[in-house]
Amino acid sequence: MSGKGRYGEFGGQYVPEVLMHALEELETEYMLSKNDKRFQEELRWYHVNYGGRETPLYFARRLTEMCGGAKIYLKREDLCHGGAHKFNNVMGQALLAKRMGKTRLIAETGAGQHGTATAMAAAVLGMECEIYMGAEDVKRQRMNVFRMRLMGAKVNEVQIGSRTLKDAINEAFRDWVASVENTFYLFGTAAGPHPYPMIVRDLQSVIGKEIRAQLKEQEGRLPDLLVACVGGGSNAIGTFHPFLKDKTVRMLGAEAAGCGIATGKHSATLSAGTIGVFQGSKSYLLQDKDGMINEAHSIAAGLDYPGVGPEHSFLKDVRRAEYIGVTDEQALEAFVTLSRLEGIIPALESSHAVYAAMQRAREMRKDEIVVITISGRGDKDLETVHGLGLIR
Amino acid sequence: MSEIRNAFKKARSEGRCALVVYLTAGYPDRESSLEYMLSCVKAGADVLEIGVPFTDPLADGPVIQATSAAALKNGMRPGNVLDLVKELRRSTKVPVVLMGYYNPIFQIGEAEFVKRAAESGVDGLIVADLSLEESKDLMKHCRKRQVDLIQLAAPTSGDERMRELAEATSGYLYLVSRLGTTGQSKEMSDDVELLIKRAKTAAGDMPVAVGFGISSPSHVKRLVEFGADGVIIGSSILKKVVEGDGPEKVASFVRGLREACK
Repeated sequence: MSGKGRYGEFGGQYVPEVLMHALEELETEYMLSKNDKRFQEELRWYHVNYGGRETPLYFARRLTEMCGGAKIYLKREDLCHGGAHKFNNVMGQALLAKRMGKTRLIAETGAGQHGTATAMAAAVLGMECEIYMGAEDVKRQRMNVFRMRLMGAKVNEVQIGSRTLKDAINEAFRDWVASVENTFYLFGTAAGPHPYPMIVRDLQSVIGKEIRAQLKEQEGRLPDLLVACVGGGSNAIGTFHPFLKDKTVRMLGAEAAGCGIATGKHSATLSAGTIGVFQGSKSYLLQDKDGMINEAHSIAAGLDYPGVGPEHSFLKDVRRAEYIGVTDEQALEAFVTLSRLEGIIPALESSHAVYAAMQRAREMRKDEIVVITISGRGDKDLETVHGLGLIR
Repeated sequence: MSEIRNAFKKARSEGRCALVVYLTAGYPDRESSLEYMLSCVKAGADVLEIGVPFTDPLADGPVIQATSAAALKNGMRPGNVLDLVKELRRSTKVPVVLMGYYNPIFQIGEAEFVKRAAESGVDGLIVADLSLEESKDLMKHCRKRQVDLIQLAAPTSGDERMRELAEATSGYLYLVSRLGTTGQSKEMSDDVELLIKRAKTAAGDMPVAVGFGISSPSHVKRLVEFGADGVIIGSSILKKVVEGDGPEKVASFVRGLREACK
């Protein structure tokens, strides 16, 4: 075990030798860009003028009243350009790719939000773009596939394995080992080999930093509880990270318990997984006793992943953050509740966080504050939910 | 000196490069995969690389992905692969290298896995997704049990890196011939000549075996000209198995490859 890119025992660089040079180059260039004022100004320019940052921190009065406990605020990443927090990471990495002289972006996508954001960035920066997406996800997220193609990206349907996010990542890696000279792999979540978990976390930390400043302005203090959904964990780590040193701020990650953890059909990696090495890093994962990776399940394509970012594994083990499972059914309930009470349709992924936060808020005092990161908007899920016949 | 090094030495003394054959354990089924392995050895394979099936083989191309998935469906788990090697050992002394991914080894435990592998008659290990940086502990366990831990070098490995890899490897240095996953290719790029030169310079006495995309006797001949100490061939042999060729037919293809090693 090496010391590079470690969060306790988690993380590392478990990749074929052919990629080691590219990862090292990526790390070096990223560190340079971090201290490059012009680069940071350019990123900031895109955040403001193209992405619509900062996103609002909205006091959800009716949701708060219904729960009858802590004050609930929503961090509106669903209002980010493209409809999700994915923009934050993508814009940063795409500008980095450009700085490195790469001409082609590749990315994996689950729900299609990361793929959409990558297609956006490729279009606005004039780069070539190819997206890998599991065939199963292509089926349930048709509109996002159309969006990507509309913006000029090539979308490859991945027909292997469980035909979801993990298989799309395998295929993207296979593309990258062959194309590493001119291609930048724009990884979508805070997982994978070092330096990706660090880069994605840093770029998503804009969420937590804004929450901090906005809540200070509105309430004059820090939140008591932060809640975010966790698939790979990028919006959650971006929400949590700027508060890690604030001991009074508690953190709750909502994982997808799918049909229920007992059924085995879920994506609750931290709640029900074991430690292993998968797709570049050591972390909790869903696997059998032989180390074969299990198929995950969630109604939310973006959470349907048997791994999780290494820093979350670390935060779980040192008990800095807590992680719980929210079932498909519970997420759907929150999806409807937030739509009805606030006129905000959250993504099915974010609905997991909404459900978990509602439960906690009920048990908290009225002078306490909960912030939920609404990682994306639910328009992409309308077909799925409509198909279930929940709304007449 | 390890059995693997001896095999390379023997090939060199016969004035040819060594032929390393890769087959997926348990494909198309357990018994047949044993038969294919033995017929490849009879046809002249100097070293056998046996693929340990994994659910997410991200360094492998379509052929090995498919054979791995099928073998897993047949129940071929890491423990079964070790049993398979034990059985193979009753019929042949050919050096055996297991090639696979890290997580199954991590689950069994590095020390325990290497111990069991050595007891089963395994001579070497290749772990496709274990970088040099992450392989220090496994290397220690391998050294203790006299199992060779074979490192891969790639076209993207610079000269300095190539030297580090050559120093860390044992058995042979596995040189990845081109950017990409395992699998066949029609042509062999001229860059390979320079790549082999770089690897040989870095490796000194350590044999350099070239793999990925080697599909035909003519490819082998070119690699021999370029100075490779060994050639590693997997997907193009496995493809014949996938297409239904029996052990005899596959053996005759392997004989052709072996002929080209001269």
